[in-house]
Amino acid sequence: MTPRPSDLLVVEALDKAFILHLHGGKRLPVVTNVSFSVARGECVVLGGPSGVGKSSILKIVFGNYRSECGSIRLADGERFLDIARASAREIVDARRRLMGYVSQFLRVIPRVSTFDIVAAAARDAGLEASAAKDRASSLLTRLNLPERLWSLPPATFSGGEQQRVNIARGFAGEHRLLILDEPTASLDATNREAVVELIAERRAGGVGFLAIFHDDDVRARVADRVLDVSKFSEREGA
Amino acid sequence: MSAPLLVAEGLFKRYGSIAACRDISFELDEGEALAIVGESGSGKTTLLHLLGGLLAPDSGAVFYRGRDGASRNLFEMSEAERRALMRADWGFVHQDAARGLRMNVSAGGNIGERLMALGDRHYGRIRGAASQWLERVEIPLARLDDSPQTYSGGMRQRLQIARNLVTAPRLVFMDEPTGGLDVSVQARLLDLIRGLIAEMGLAVVLVTHDLGVARLLSNRILVMKQGEVVESGLTDRVLDDPQAPYTQLLVSSVLAA
Repeated sequence: MTPRPSDLLVVEALDKAFILHLHGGKRLPVVTNVSFSVARGECVVLGGPSGVGKSSILKIVFGNYRSECGSIRLADGERFLDIARASAREIVDARRRLMGYVSQFLRVIPRVSTFDIVAAAARDAGLEASAAKDRASSLLTRLNLPERLWSLPPATFSGGEQQRVNIARGFAGEHRLLILDEPTASLDATNREAVVELIAERRAGGVGFLAIFHDDDVRARVADRVLDVSKFSEREGA
Repeated sequence: MSAPLLVAEGLFKRYGSIAACRDISFELDEGEALAIVGESGSGKTTLLHLLGGLLAPDSGAVFYRGRDGASRNLFEMSEAERRALMRADWGFVHQDAARGLRMNVSAGGNIGERLMALGDRHYGRIRGAASQWLERVEIPLARLDDSPQTYSGGMRQRLQIARNLVTAPRLVFMDEPTGGLDVSVQARLLDLIRGLIAEMGLAVVLVTHDLGVARLLSNRILVMKQGEVVESGLTDRVLDDPQAPYTQLLVSSVLAA
């Protein structure tokens, strides 16, 4: 399939299994023959029961997991980069400029302040120091994180607060594709609303989303399409 | 994309009957941070010394692309050329800061010495640069004239980093840079190193046995076992989806705090 100019991401015939060498080379199948696409400004949500391989698909698209076969074509201007075949340095570059990822859990260097974590993400994406600081303030404010917490490392924050730091960091760059793994799981209604607004704004600017949301309300409001991952699953009884 | 900064080609090094490095080849680009991980005795430090020209291989070559754009084999350079490279283009951060510092010279002198080696003779400018770097690595300016012997382990390591980076090198070799330090000072030091790598666009070759340090500081990783590279690639992919049996063992053996 030739990607159309409106496509941001075209995934075709992806397979993933883990070979567990410490357990006699047991093969643990995850997903097979995964194909879908995300257009510019579109929000595609992965659905299906837990253990069906939703997070694994996100990780493969981000280059974090290796795929056995298939292709993951990510738009880079006029051309497409195949993440499944890209070199490490091409993926590093793509993560800086083209795609961002918000994981379920915040993973940071201990003892670094919340503000610095978010500003560093903006810097990594190429913003100047002062612009990066402005971006960090604006995101943390919009996500209702009290300013008195900004100078503290997030280690002792509540689950919901950590998740908002994580979202602020994920939205700090200028990525064309954002990959979200349950970013609203422990947020209250006000903060879910803030995230829904952020997503809508970025989509209006042409940013595409590939996401997992367990919250039905959020999913109904942001998803253009829900893709049932069960049909790609190789696991019995998943 | 321009030519790689550093190219290792078929490096072999034996110590008696033990092969410390067996047929190791890879490329490093400008601004890229590569981690070499493995357990003690895997050959990672030997490899670092081969790459840094501190040790000659039995066979194989290391090519470095200089500021003039020409790539040259380290082991075909004269001793003087190699020393000039180490002063102007490279940094070397040792695990034991005392190895990388002059312990009987003041902190300011330690930083200034690298600038003087490059021909700077202006005292005020050298002292200014030393002060600036001391602040940049978060050492109080009041300690500028103190000897590193009066410094804590964490401060010595910061000073060693300042001494190496003051001349704006293109490539820095690091051998377990947070190795001997208390856990309480490791995190801040890692964040400092990570920030400096990004700001200065440094290329880094980092040797560590700590997979967490490799994840934080590197984009790419080589996993070594008994002198061989058993797996290499994007750091988080190798750590989260390891393919080689040995890497799977290494990754699954780490205690999560």
